[in-house]
Amino acid sequence: MTDDTQIAVDVRDAVKRYGDFTALQQISLGIRDNEFFTLLGPSGCGKTTLLRMIAGFEDVTEGAIFLYGDEIETLPPHQRPVNTVFQNYALFPHMTVLENVGFGLEMLGQSKAAARTRAAEMLELVQLSQFASRKPAQLSGGQQQRVALARALAPAPKVLLLDEPLSALDQKLRKAMQIELKHIQRETGITFIFVTHDQEEALTMSDRIAVMSAGELQQLGAPRDIYELPRNMFVADFIGDTNLLEVTVDEVTECRAACSLDGGLTLSCEAVEGVRKGAQVHLSIRPERLVLSETATGADSLRARVLENIFIGTDIATLLVLDNGSEITVRTSNSERGSKRIFDAGQMAFVTMERGAARLLRD
Amino acid sequence: MAGGAASSGSTASDTYAGARHWLLMPSWFVLLIFVAAPVAMMLVYSFLTKEFRGGVIWEFSLGAYDQFFFDRGLFGDDPPQIDWTYINIFWRSIWQAGLATVLSLLIGFPTAYFIATRPERSRALWVFVITIPYWVNLLIRTVSMKFLLRDQGPMNDFLIWTGVIDDPLRIINTNLAVQLGLFYSYLPFMVLPIYAAVERYNFTLSEAAADLYASKWATLRRVLLPAVKPGVIAGCILVFVPSLGAFLAPDLLGGARNFMIGSLIEEQFKGNAGNWPFGAAASMILLTLVLIILMVFARQQRRMGDMR
Ligand SMILES: Nc1ncnc2c1ncn2[C@@H]1O[C@H](COP(=O)(O)OP(=O)(O)OP(=O)(O)O)[C@@H](O)[C@H]1O
Ligand SMILES: [Mg+2]
Repeated sequence: MTDDTQIAVDVRDAVKRYGDFTALQQISLGIRDNEFFTLLGPSGCGKTTLLRMIAGFEDVTEGAIFLYGDEIETLPPHQRPVNTVFQNYALFPHMTVLENVGFGLEMLGQSKAAARTRAAEMLELVQLSQFASRKPAQLSGGQQQRVALARALAPAPKVLLLDEPLSALDQKLRKAMQIELKHIQRETGITFIFVTHDQEEALTMSDRIAVMSAGELQQLGAPRDIYELPRNMFVADFIGDTNLLEVTVDEVTECRAACSLDGGLTLSCEAVEGVRKGAQVHLSIRPERLVLSETATGADSLRARVLENIFIGTDIATLLVLDNGSEITVRTSNSERGSKRIFDAGQMAFVTMERGAARLLRD
Repeated sequence: MAGGAASSGSTASDTYAGARHWLLMPSWFVLLIFVAAPVAMMLVYSFLTKEFRGGVIWEFSLGAYDQFFFDRGLFGDDPPQIDWTYINIFWRSIWQAGLATVLSLLIGFPTAYFIATRPERSRALWVFVITIPYWVNLLIRTVSMKFLLRDQGPMNDFLIWTGVIDDPLRIINTNLAVQLGLFYSYLPFMVLPIYAAVERYNFTLSEAAADLYASKWATLRRVLLPAVKPGVIAGCILVFVPSLGAFLAPDLLGGARNFMIGSLIEEQFKGNAGNWPFGAAASMILLTLVLIILMVFARQQRRMGDMR
């Protein structure tokens, strides 16, 4: 982390316990000013808990939370300059859309008129001006979602918290909202902390992602780093599709590691800190970074028999079985079809990893 | 009326239009027997002539209403003057019932909120606990209250024993005693509808309000109360209306000076001293009054709803 970027939210060794169940174990992370930060993890891993601790709805069992340098974990929610977009929107049913959006401003002491003006601007931002006088119940799910967003943005919070705000929307609307959210984040310059369990959503939207599992932080980094350089099995498996091969490390030279698979197959790949000679580890290789060819193109080419081809829109996934019996998937983009041969089921082919694509995992 | 205040309500589908007519028959039947018939009977009786040993003579007369509103002197031949006696009793009753309603709301709302925010399993237990005293007959409860509040009763004995006071508090036969009696009689009618409303309340809304910088008080006023308003209104009506017509608490705890409409009406039908048409007329006036109050209240609510 560079020193000149300001830290918006600094979570230090935060622990959350419910009775003797530990929902979060010693989470530390710094969320930068103006960034689109995503908390990603499977259901029950503690994303909502962490978000609610930042908002002030859950107290912090141990540790501290700082907001732009101020310690906030003892402040009640209404004194924290952060706003939340709730998963089920939580719009006030008895107020109109405009009143909902203006509520935060009124509570901050602005006059009704000033709150109205600003609320109308916010509704314009989310393109809902024509619905200003409706009640929330008279809006569609997607529209309610945008009202919730406008309401949370209206008081110009320093940090906006979003708990799976898109999970109730259908695929198409969801995609549109992803772009809109990202756009609004750039335009307003507000730090977004976004919770999702959808890895694809996290990868497309975020500046940085924190991958969590079972109350622990697994990896923190830019989407590309997380995708290409997963730190461990969990991250490699959770983010995108991957081939996981069990290997034994035979030799580690400067920055290459020679590995062997069951059945006497050998491979070489980049060495990873913490993985030593003799270690039995997993190797992760993304299907789209494997290439199929008729003949071996190098020492690392592995022979395999094609089991089947699966058409998935933009790609074709080829399922193969290696000589040692392990299965491996190769993805070929449909746009490359002209230049690359498609092998039919039963044919033999050689599988080669692109350089730098294989990743040894520590655990 | 509470239903009218609730904003969400599914509209019945036309599929049932035919069946609806028949399915509603039992309700119509009940309404006819228990609402329309008694009111009609009372209306008729209020326009009859009284018989001296109780009962009526079937002869049309405006005498009962005349007696309620006007004073025509001892022999009934002076020019009519407005008689404030009964009007004042009515006025005092409305005031007492209103006060009892406010008191019940102040105590009942926090109680209901408390119960509704307990873990789901203990809620039923709390509701049960609240209703236990009401298994005992109202008369017995009111008499016990009289005993408790007496000058030499357990409450005064206790307060003197602890040294909080030196002389017994004079509570019995005061307005306060009537208030306490009414409050105690009808508290569950306040607690239960509010509890039902708060239990359905989506507490994320309170979190959303707090998130948007609303203090606890602002959250209560701007978000929670409007959301549970139907329950609050139902509770207020359920306490106000029976308090207005109550006679046990005022009779037993209030003494002669704190006479309320209920007692006035009750007396007209008791023993030989009664006056049935007058009792019926007073009842009709009470009924009309309650209807007017509720209608004004409902209209005001609607107007406030529109203004928001
Ligand atoms: N009030 C509570 N009491 C006890 N345990 C709780 C409480 N709230 C949450 N938990 C537990 O803490 C863990 C983390 O919950 P949390 O809601 O943060 O998960 P999440 O990552 O948001 O999951 P999801 O994607 O399903 O929303 C879960 O195992 C949950 O059962
Ligand atoms: Mg969650």
